[in-house]
Amino acid sequence: MRPDARHFLLLQLARQLRSGLRRPGDILNPLIFFLMVVTLFPLGLGPDPQRLAELAPGIFWVVALLSSLTVSGRLFASDFEDGSLEQLMLAPTPFVLSAMTEVIAHWLMSGVTLTLVSPVFAVMLNMPTQAIPTLMFSLLLGTLCLSLVGAIGAGLTVGLRRGGMLLALLIIPLTVPILVFGTSAVTEAARGYDGSAWLALMAAFALVGLLLAPLAIAAGLKISIDG
Amino acid sequence: MGDEAGLLLAAREVGIERGYRQLLVGVNLEVKPGDLWQLTGANGAGKTSFLRALAGLASLGVSGEINCHQPTLYQGHLPGLKPLLSAVENLRWHPSGGIDTDIEGIYAALAGVGLAGHETTPVHSLSAGQQRRVGLARLWLTDAPLWLLDEPFTAIDVAGAAMLEAQIIAHCRTGGAVVFTSHQPNRMAEQLQQLDLSQYAP
Repeated sequence: MRPDARHFLLLQLARQLRSGLRRPGDILNPLIFFLMVVTLFPLGLGPDPQRLAELAPGIFWVVALLSSLTVSGRLFASDFEDGSLEQLMLAPTPFVLSAMTEVIAHWLMSGVTLTLVSPVFAVMLNMPTQAIPTLMFSLLLGTLCLSLVGAIGAGLTVGLRRGGMLLALLIIPLTVPILVFGTSAVTEAARGYDGSAWLALMAAFALVGLLLAPLAIAAGLKISIDG
Repeated sequence: MGDEAGLLLAAREVGIERGYRQLLVGVNLEVKPGDLWQLTGANGAGKTSFLRALAGLASLGVSGEINCHQPTLYQGHLPGLKPLLSAVENLRWHPSGGIDTDIEGIYAALAGVGLAGHETTPVHSLSAGQQRRVGLARLWLTDAPLWLLDEPFTAIDVAGAAMLEAQIIAHCRTGGAVVFTSHQPNRMAEQLQQLDLSQYAP
C-alpha cells in the first residue's frame, strides 16, 4: 500500500506538471516576456543587423537570466501556500528528493520550453544559424543551473511577504558563471569555432548543482516552513 | 526504551517559544494505541504550535524531547490540495504516512465524506467545507496509525462532523490514535482525554 520512493516521486512530478498545464499562462508568460524584451533591443540599439548579431549571445543570456529570475521566485509559492510542502516534509520519502522533483518539474515547464522556442528568438536577433545548436544546448544546461540556483533563493524567501527583490539580490551573484559560460559558448559558435569547452564547463556546473543544490534547497524550505 | 514500548508518541518536558515569547513550558504527553486526545486552550495558547512540533514540522524554539515512533498523518490549517486538480487527482498523491492510491479506494473515500458526484470537479470550484472534506478524505485512505488533526471540524456541517467523529472513533478502536485540536463541542466524550494547554503557560 505504501508507494516506494520512486513511484511516489513520479506521482509528484505528474501532479506538478498537471497542475502547471492547467494554468498555461504561467508557462507562456515568461516566453512572451522574453519575446518582448528581445524586441526592445533592436529598438534601443538601432536596427543594424550586423551589430545585433554581434550582441545576440549576450542579449540572449541576460534576458534568459532575468526571465528565469521572474519565475523562480514563485517556484515553491503555491505549494507553500496550499500546504503541499508541509505534507512533503512529513513524507517517508527524503525531503531532499521531493524538493528536487519540484525543481525538475519547474525546469521542464520553464527552461525546457524556452530552449525549444529559442531558435525563433535567435533568428530575430540575426544570430548565425550555425550557432543555434550550441545556443540550444547551452540553454538546456544553463536553465537547469538557473532553476537550481533560483530554487535555493526561492526556498529561503518563500515564507516572506515581499521576497522578490531579496531573491534577486541573493541569486544574481551566483548566476554570473552561468552567464559567462553561456555567452562564451554561443559567441564562439557564432564565430565559427567550437564552443564545446564552455558547454563542458556548464555541464560540470549543472552536475555539481544537481548534487549540492538540493541540500541547500531542502534546508531553506525547512526554515521557511518552520517559521 | 523499555518504558516507551507500545507508545505511538511521547513528548517530554516540551517547551515552545514563538517570536521571543514563551508559549508553553513542561508539557508531557504520551499517546498509546487507542488514545483520543483533544488539545484545548484559548486562542493563542499554542495548540497549533504544539501540534506542529509533535508532527515534526517545527523545531525552532521547541525544547524538550519528542519521540514519534510511527507513521503520522498530519492535517493542518492548510489543506495540501492543488486548487486546479480534481478531488481524485489530489488524493492520488499524498505523502504523509502512506496513502492508498488505488482509484476505487479514492472513490469510496470521497463517498465516505459525502462528496460522491464531485470526484472530478476541480477543487477550487468546491465550497470551503467541501474542500475541507476532500482533505479529510485522507483519513479514509491512510494506513498511518497516528493522526494529528488541527481543527478538523472547522467549516464542516453537522452531518459531516458526525461522520468525522465516527471515523475518528473507529480508528481508535482499531488500535490507532488521534490527537486533535478543536473548539467545537463533540460527542466523543467516552474515549476523550483532554490536555489543557493553558495550564502550561509560563
